[in-house]
Amino acid sequence: MKGEGADSDIVISSRIRLARNLTHYPFPMLSTNQQSEEVLEKVSDVVHDEDLKMISNFERIPLSEINSLESKVLVEKHLISPNLAEESRNGAVILSENESISIMINEEDHIRIQCLFPGFQINEAWELANHIDDIFEAKLNYAFDEKKGYLTSCPTNVGTGIRASVMLHLPALVLTQQINRILTAVSQVGLAVRGLYGEGSESLGNLFQISNQITLGQSEPEIIHNLYSVVKQIIEHERTARAKMLSESKTFLLDRVNRSYGILSYAQIMDSKEAAQRLSDVRLGIDLGLISNVSANVLNELMIMTQPGFLQQYASKKLSSDERDVLRAEMIRERIKK
Amino acid sequence: MICQECGNKPAALHFTKIVNGEKTEFHLCESCAREKGDSIPGAPNGFSIHNLLSGILEFEPSMGQNVKQQKKVIRCENCGLTYSQFRKIGRFGCSSCYNHFSDPLNPLLKRVHGNSVHVGKIPKISGGKIKYKRQIKDLKKELQSKIDLEEFEEAAKLRDEIRSLEQKISEA
Repeated sequence: MKGEGADSDIVISSRIRLARNLTHYPFPMLSTNQQSEEVLEKVSDVVHDEDLKMISNFERIPLSEINSLESKVLVEKHLISPNLAEESRNGAVILSENESISIMINEEDHIRIQCLFPGFQINEAWELANHIDDIFEAKLNYAFDEKKGYLTSCPTNVGTGIRASVMLHLPALVLTQQINRILTAVSQVGLAVRGLYGEGSESLGNLFQISNQITLGQSEPEIIHNLYSVVKQIIEHERTARAKMLSESKTFLLDRVNRSYGILSYAQIMDSKEAAQRLSDVRLGIDLGLISNVSANVLNELMIMTQPGFLQQYASKKLSSDERDVLRAEMIRERIKK
Repeated sequence: MICQECGNKPAALHFTKIVNGEKTEFHLCESCAREKGDSIPGAPNGFSIHNLLSGILEFEPSMGQNVKQQKKVIRCENCGLTYSQFRKIGRFGCSSCYNHFSDPLNPLLKRVHGNSVHVGKIPKISGGKIKYKRQIKDLKKELQSKIDLEEFEEAAKLRDEIRSLEQKISEA
């Protein structure tokens, strides 16, 4: 994903996910093999819809037809969930050409429509997801209830079935130790905050994902507007903190950014945690104009390419953790010095 | 922030529930959060939103007592899942569970979402009637306010609009 889109110095990506289920079929957790196969067929058929083809060419990938490394890469690119990769029966993903749209079949719900855009484009992502939802709904009978809305496997998704989330890079708020205060405030207005790799994980490389918690009793535009305005405020706080650091402690900042750039340029062994932190520092240096010989796109790519699954696909074999650390360092050296 | 259970480790999980405008927060470290939820067999880390949800269900003594007092096993007639199984895994078996579990479910949805009635998108095809019903409800509210303001000409227009929608529902 290229570093385009609004506010892309701080917002890495914007994502909308809609959870939908078909009537008359048990949810994937309880469906028989035959039932999940039927769901897979019915949903897959929509790929041939003319309206869908107008949006993009789509490729359908059944999880049974790819190996565990390939599915791991899809997880690291945030195109499928770990759940679909590891546990699903008759699971598949329908991917658009540029990979901004991924539709999971037989995950926790029968259908999960996901639109992932670079930068702060949450409204654009919602419009596209909503349009794709309409196309699917014209062909399939959704499980829907007048009072409960879209019926989902988990009660935390019922109603709109929407999860709107934004990935933010907030190094200055972390460095100036304002982050906890802000994140606590965020969790008090019905939004959830997570580290890079979802539930339960700590924040890696100062990346935070903010998403709506409530799906019932608020309309989709209300949910998105709420997230949008909170994220806008966080962006302003991060910008202020960056400007303040730049004016008050430029030497400290220059030292930190250049030190990380130096390490990334010359290190021979690099574990994923250190890589995430160093890449975050350099990314901050680029955004503040302290480093000009590397592009933000290269940094975005490296954030994904230095993940374990990606490295192993690159090497075309399974690698031990030590081997990965060596390859990671090599890959970073090559790309960052270009 | 420190975990409110063990008072030891930093809290990794922050959960806010809002019931009738009253806010309660949980701040737990990962290991305490894991202990609070039963692990799902086969789940990779034994920790997920479902575990958390079932953990919250366990937090609620009134909930447990209610179910026990009824002494009747609540079961979804469509897929066979019992309410106590749902409480353990935090997931429904099918869309009919929402009907069969509606008594204990409504308070749960209120706890999770602060609300139990959907106001968002309606599917265009299967939701035709529902859409009209919602429009009528909104128009009736508007009608009442026009009557209160003694704007009878406007009110008459709204009344006609309501009638035509009601006509559409009976034809659908």
